[in-house]
Amino acid sequence: MHEISLCESVVQLIEEQARSQGFRKVRLVRLEIGRLAGVEIEAMRFGFDAVAKGSIVDGAGLDIVEVPGTAWCPRCQRRVGVQLRFEACPDCGHLPLELTAGDEMRILELEVE
Amino acid sequence: MMCTTCGCGEGEVAIDGHGHHHHHAHHLLDYGKGPAGGQVPGLSQTRMVRIERNILAKNDGYASANRQFLARMRIAALNLVSSPGSGKTTLLTRTLSDLKGEMPMAVIEGDQQTSVDAERIRGTGAHAVQINTGKGCHLDAHMVGHALDRLGPEAGSLLFIENVGNLVCPAAFDLGEVCKVAILSVTEGEDKPLKYPDMFAAAGLLLLNKIDLLPHLAFDVERCIGHARRVNPQIRVLQVSATTGAGMEAWYGWLRELRGAALAGLSEPVAA
Repeated sequence: MHEISLCESVVQLIEEQARSQGFRKVRLVRLEIGRLAGVEIEAMRFGFDAVAKGSIVDGAGLDIVEVPGTAWCPRCQRRVGVQLRFEACPDCGHLPLELTAGDEMRILELEVE
Repeated sequence: MMCTTCGCGEGEVAIDGHGHHHHHAHHLLDYGKGPAGGQVPGLSQTRMVRIERNILAKNDGYASANRQFLARMRIAALNLVSSPGSGKTTLLTRTLSDLKGEMPMAVIEGDQQTSVDAERIRGTGAHAVQINTGKGCHLDAHMVGHALDRLGPEAGSLLFIENVGNLVCPAAFDLGEVCKVAILSVTEGEDKPLKYPDMFAAAGLLLLNKIDLLPHLAFDVERCIGHARRVNPQIRVLQVSATTGAGMEAWYGWLRELRGAALAGLSEPVAA
């Protein structure tokens, strides 16, 4: 359940931004989470509501943009889709591949007032 | 009391420790409570704010501060990760006993509850502080920063950070260590490196523990190492038994090398 910690980090980062950018209420939080980042999206949603209570983020909507996994295969010399972090190339079986997307864990943007 | 490095309320933190730089009575820090919210005056119109920051940015900031402190003190810090029951604490107490007198060593012990492990560690004469994470399933760099304050580790020492027994969550949280060491006992499945790849990918060393039990098990050592190398081609592997002492000399050699590099100020983080 490290999703709770991730949610706490999100709230802390937003509170810092509130001080530096001068907003007092957050209406929407948009996150980008890769499918290979080891994050359970449902646990994240559950944790977010719990952690947001009483903070500047209380009551804000949560929008999670999921990023599919892709990796570079040095043998095929092209990008391939992957379902797992340390998967072999689905075309030629080469291992290891170089992950190019899918491990993101970022706050993208906020709608604030 | 406010923390001077990060401004957190001291009440959020509960570390039971026997460090030597502190003047207050210490209790277990309970990390069950989240930060308090703050209201800041500002604009009242709705607008979009682009942030584009890694969610772990705060942790990574604390980790980087820990790493700078450790480098300045020429301390080699290891983050020990494993499933519960891998024999991590036994391995650690044997290491502390065997290397006692050769080099200064200190321990930060992480568990959800109790200070049983820190007491076992202190039994060897080593300085130890216990962090209880409460509901948390891993140590984070902020907790470790506070534990370092309490511990006051000696310059040039070897610091073991024993993470909460969990092969999933601790992989994502950098503590400021120079290397993660994954401990896997042969009584566990040889497929674990494939089932929990993030941890084995993040580790610089795999200690395969309890090898004295191999004759009684169907555990395929080569297969297990192959799985670990599949997710991390660079990972070093040492086979040990903390009970019989088999292979422990190679582990100590590895530790001496790591500490030598830290003393020379050459420490570079190993692996991801």
